[in-house]
Amino acid sequence: MIEPKIAILVIWILVFIYSIAGSIDFGASFWAMIYTKQDTQASEIANRFLSPTWEINNTILVLLVVAVVGFFPEAAFTFGTVLLVPVSLILLLILLRSSFMVFAYSVQGYNRTLRTVSGLTGVLVPALLISALPVTEGGFVHVGPRGPELDFGIFFTSPSVYMYMLFGLTSELFLSSLFLADYSKESKDQGAYKVYRRNAILFGPITLVVAVVTLLSFRPEASWLLSNISRYQKWFVLSIIMFVIGYSALWWSDRGRKAEGKPRIAVIFVILQYGIATFAYGASHLPYIVYPYLTVGDAFTNINTFYSLLNVLGLGLAILLPGFIVFWALFLKDKRYLQRK
Amino acid sequence: MDTVTLARAFFGTSLAFHIIFATLGIGLSFMVFLAEVLHLWKKDNDYFIMAKRWTKAIAILLGVAIPSGTIVGVQLSLLWPGFMKIVGQVIAVPFKIEIFAFFLEALALSIYVYAADRLRPVTRIFSVFLVAVGATASAILITSANTWMNTPAGFQMKPDGTITNVDPWKAFFNPTFWSTSYHVVVTALMTGGFAIVSIAAYKWLKQREDIKESTIHRKALVLSLVVALFFSFLTALSGHTSAQKLHVYNPAKLAAAEGLFETQKYAPLAVGGYVDPATHKVKFGVEVPFLLSWLAAGRFDTEVKGLYDFPQDTWPPFYTHLLFNVMVGLGTLLLMIAAIGLYMYWRRMIRRGDSYPRWMLWVLALTGPLSMLSIEFGWIFSCSGRQPWTIYGIQRTSEAATTAPHLGFLFFMFGAVYLFLAVLVVIVMKSYFRRNPIQKDIERYIS
Repeated sequence: MIEPKIAILVIWILVFIYSIAGSIDFGASFWAMIYTKQDTQASEIANRFLSPTWEINNTILVLLVVAVVGFFPEAAFTFGTVLLVPVSLILLLILLRSSFMVFAYSVQGYNRTLRTVSGLTGVLVPALLISALPVTEGGFVHVGPRGPELDFGIFFTSPSVYMYMLFGLTSELFLSSLFLADYSKESKDQGAYKVYRRNAILFGPITLVVAVVTLLSFRPEASWLLSNISRYQKWFVLSIIMFVIGYSALWWSDRGRKAEGKPRIAVIFVILQYGIATFAYGASHLPYIVYPYLTVGDAFTNINTFYSLLNVLGLGLAILLPGFIVFWALFLKDKRYLQRK
Repeated sequence: MDTVTLARAFFGTSLAFHIIFATLGIGLSFMVFLAEVLHLWKKDNDYFIMAKRWTKAIAILLGVAIPSGTIVGVQLSLLWPGFMKIVGQVIAVPFKIEIFAFFLEALALSIYVYAADRLRPVTRIFSVFLVAVGATASAILITSANTWMNTPAGFQMKPDGTITNVDPWKAFFNPTFWSTSYHVVVTALMTGGFAIVSIAAYKWLKQREDIKESTIHRKALVLSLVVALFFSFLTALSGHTSAQKLHVYNPAKLAAAEGLFETQKYAPLAVGGYVDPATHKVKFGVEVPFLLSWLAAGRFDTEVKGLYDFPQDTWPPFYTHLLFNVMVGLGTLLLMIAAIGLYMYWRRMIRRGDSYPRWMLWVLALTGPLSMLSIEFGWIFSCSGRQPWTIYGIQRTSEAATTAPHLGFLFFMFGAVYLFLAVLVVIVMKSYFRRNPIQKDIERYIS
């Protein structure tokens, strides 16, 4: 059957979109917190991007969850049971973050406090989100008499989990500063651009090193994954090449100015870098969703439901596409919005 | 509390919290849409000020509505993994479409709130219209899943639990889908109306000297009263239809709601009181002869099933009688208040040029919270009346609930955060509207 493979591909595309969009979103609220007291427009730029976009980003998360429930009900069952505590924490943090961000927009007096909360939660959420990955790789879940359970003792003492969290964090900071550098440039704000370009230059190599260490820290139970990953070596090399091109674009000359950087090029290549690595990782992970208990084939939904969902997904995205284009034109392109003081 | 009860209390609390914001999201965006249309049509800036201020309230409420909706959506899988296993195979479609309605609402709202000054009036109205459409569609789609739990359709379950013959669209358009989702939408629009009635009435009470300001409150009150009256009338009609559907599809739920034990023709309607678990009688209620049979299917000789017709371990809890009565009672009361409120306006102010009676404004100021309360009671009735089932006749709640530990601790954490946010929303609203008094808007847009 080809259908389960298509379904897992759709899920993985959604995971990829959310990890990029989420990193930029959560990272932006972190930078907005860091630069509140500075003279540059850096904090202002981050908030200008965040205000209209966080709701959309939140929707992508729900889309992902609903897609898992629909395409792989058995996986929803396992994740729901195993990840009750960490996911609940994520939910609470998202609730606090979103509401505080909206409140900060409405109440000027407590701005600082509110921004600090949304900034801090912006760091915690991605770290917790990514910790779901090592759980699927084996060794953390035991099937007891009451069903699958997460072994918290192993989970909280595993270096692998903490390396994943660190990787999530550095990726978040790298992607968001890179994106905000581009956004500042689009807004013609040289001061903010310099700040975010500097951050991107700093976090790019750090992220790469952390990624390699994370791979090395895999637990013995995940050795199956490591050997699969080594089969996709070429892909990871390609991913690093993309990184080198994107990273170097931060020094390319622009309109006659030397070493000014072309952040748009950098953003595109770094997204390619993450895309290639994400799909190589995803392919190595097959056929398991949760090793060794749950495979893509076992967890797959009813075939009629699959086709209805796929049609709805395609039709829905097609209908909403003009909405996204209008949105992009209004908030990511329109000079009147970008250059407002 | 055992795990199942704990899971129910936990999820019920999350829903009860989210419903407040979701309902207002539908009702208030519809009110903003009406105000925008009236502004364009009558060229009256008073309506523009209303739209502007109500939108601000929606934006603040959505800061809680969107993440709390996310919580409810994800908690379904966390607290009811057994249920979601069946949901994923049979009724995943409405959830999926709901996401797109959610997308539409988020996109349109961002555009309306953050880009209003760059849009032409017609585009602006169109975007707020899309906000209302998105919010309403979300509610309808989620209701589809809920009605499917009450009247499951579109699949077959073998004795070993495997599911076959799935028809996702038949599950979507299950027997009670149309009647219940219609009921949900009109009650939300009614509540949006009453929410504005409350605020306008209260503000008008506090400010009767300044002509410009009190004029805005008066216009807002009349507009919202008309909306509230119209939709509470539709609420009553659709509620009646929903009860008739119970008679056909969920007779045990109807029997528990009415405290009826013996199956009978010419069944009486018990209004008020409570069901005595020892004697199986409604105590302190008023019995209206034949009325239940007549309401159930339009004839006095309609046979209405009593609880004795069902195995005792499938009886819904007896307190559903109370929940049902409060819901219907509040709905009826609100319908009357809205009618009297408008009649008084016509008689005292338009015909006699008199002032509006202060005591009636106090009564009107209470209607918003009451309307919200009736919605909460309605949902609690709908879901506890289905007990002990999660999917009526198919899956028991105990089979659907999670087996994971630490529920009590999480419940406490979430409860505390909900409470904290509820208080904070009120503080933020007050602080915003205190710093941006209506006088500022009047100076800017009218004088």
